[in-house]
Amino acid sequence: MLIPHPLLGLRDAQEFTYLGDAVLLNRPDGLAEGAPEAFNEYIYLRGNPAGVHRELWFHEQGDRSWLIVTRNTLTHEILHAELARDVALKAKAGAV
Amino acid sequence: MRYSALRVLKEALTGHQGWRPLWRDPDPRPSYDYIIVGGGGHGLATAYYLAKTFRQARIAVVEKGWLGSGNIGRNTTIIRSNYLLPGNEPFYEFSMKLWENLEQEFNFNAMVSQRGIVNLFHTDAQRDAYRRRGNAMLLAGADAELVEAGQLREMMPFLNFDNARFPIKGGLLQRRAGTARHDGVAWGYARGADARGVDLIQNCEVTGLHMENGRILGVETSRGYIAAKKVGVAVAGSTSLLMQLAGLRMPIESHVLQAFVSEGLKPTIPGVITFGAGHFYVSQSDKGGLVFGGDIDGYNSYAQRGNLPVIEDVVEGGMALMPMIGRARLLRTWGGIMDMSMDGSPIIDRTPIDGLYLNAGWCYGGFKATPASGYAFAHLLATDRPHETAKAYRLDRFERGYVIDEKGAGAQPNLH
Repeated sequence: MLIPHPLLGLRDAQEFTYLGDAVLLNRPDGLAEGAPEAFNEYIYLRGNPAGVHRELWFHEQGDRSWLIVTRNTLTHEILHAELARDVALKAKAGAV
Repeated sequence: MRYSALRVLKEALTGHQGWRPLWRDPDPRPSYDYIIVGGGGHGLATAYYLAKTFRQARIAVVEKGWLGSGNIGRNTTIIRSNYLLPGNEPFYEFSMKLWENLEQEFNFNAMVSQRGIVNLFHTDAQRDAYRRRGNAMLLAGADAELVEAGQLREMMPFLNFDNARFPIKGGLLQRRAGTARHDGVAWGYARGADARGVDLIQNCEVTGLHMENGRILGVETSRGYIAAKKVGVAVAGSTSLLMQLAGLRMPIESHVLQAFVSEGLKPTIPGVITFGAGHFYVSQSDKGGLVFGGDIDGYNSYAQRGNLPVIEDVVEGGMALMPMIGRARLLRTWGGIMDMSMDGSPIIDRTPIDGLYLNAGWCYGGFKATPASGYAFAHLLATDRPHETAKAYRLDRFERGYVIDEKGAGAQPNLH
């Protein structure tokens, strides 16, 4: 699999390590109401879809950036890749 | 029809005209007491023990494809009970004991061969860890021996004992472990279940779960609606998809695991050898092929095929361990979808939906568990109580903090 890195172009997936579903970016607030339930959901439960999946890949053997890769789990086709930092900043700006 | 040497002789003399299909191919009835979703090893074993041991009736197994078309037909056929943790080891030892009597039990040749398994170690720390594991196995009634390099050299002279990075110092040997004919296991359970009146319904995909007031009433399938008092789900890699129909999110990710077989060679490998440090394990089939595997590819997948870098990695591990295989040709590779749980251990439990039961999360170790998994799941379905050896396999153990994490890798399914 080749991952289209937004800064470096096509890179072999072997340069990356895989973390999992991109929802892992949205860490719950530990002080909020219902935090134990939210953390159970966050740590242990997954959507695990058959089809399009947004997931976190770490460019460990490269520029050490975190990417959000959109990939089809039925075909392994990679549809899109973006810097996780950009996504997180955008989400933060949207929340404010 | 009972199989025996006499029967084989009789058929040989009469032109093999008397053999019959192993099971019927029935259409679904409108309702059952029990529906098992998934006609793989675990589903078929569940139906078998439900009918035979727990004397239940009106049972159906519904299968999307053909019987045994999933991981029971794709694994590397190893049976063993060499686990460490108290939540696991008694269960796998129970499974091992069922394996030992399996062929007599269901009158079918599953080719169970107790040729032994060796887990290699390379450092003093690993020796200590395996000694501890061996002691845990002995405490659970299993067998375990710590063998040093000298003894291993006699058993397996072809190993690369003096590898610079991972010199082989010895191994943990379980002599009662071994291999079995994986398809034969599915066929034996299917035949035994069918003979006791279980309807094995193939090409019947579950497309919906019919529930009212938190209780399951039946399943929608590609062959129409079937009502049921209890529904047991044993669908391995498709667990998340099926449980989503009940509105439940699972502590599971689906990953692809590849396996490999070489061309047929003369007998050379005495048992099963695992080389954990190199992510490689191998045994030799009765046809002579070296059956081997390594790690999962490591990313979510439902594709039933993997990618080339893992093939390279596994074969490199093999070459590091036993350079003699360098000239053997790789015959086939294939992939299966594993339901990787968040602690690497399985789930056999009720669900928040009354009458809906779950058997899942077997990661890449489901084959060896087939008999005990079927037995324990049948016990749960029939009595509503967990089997003694499967009490720890609760669905809510993650939330409660009672994880069974053999590797200590945490909630990271691709590391288990």
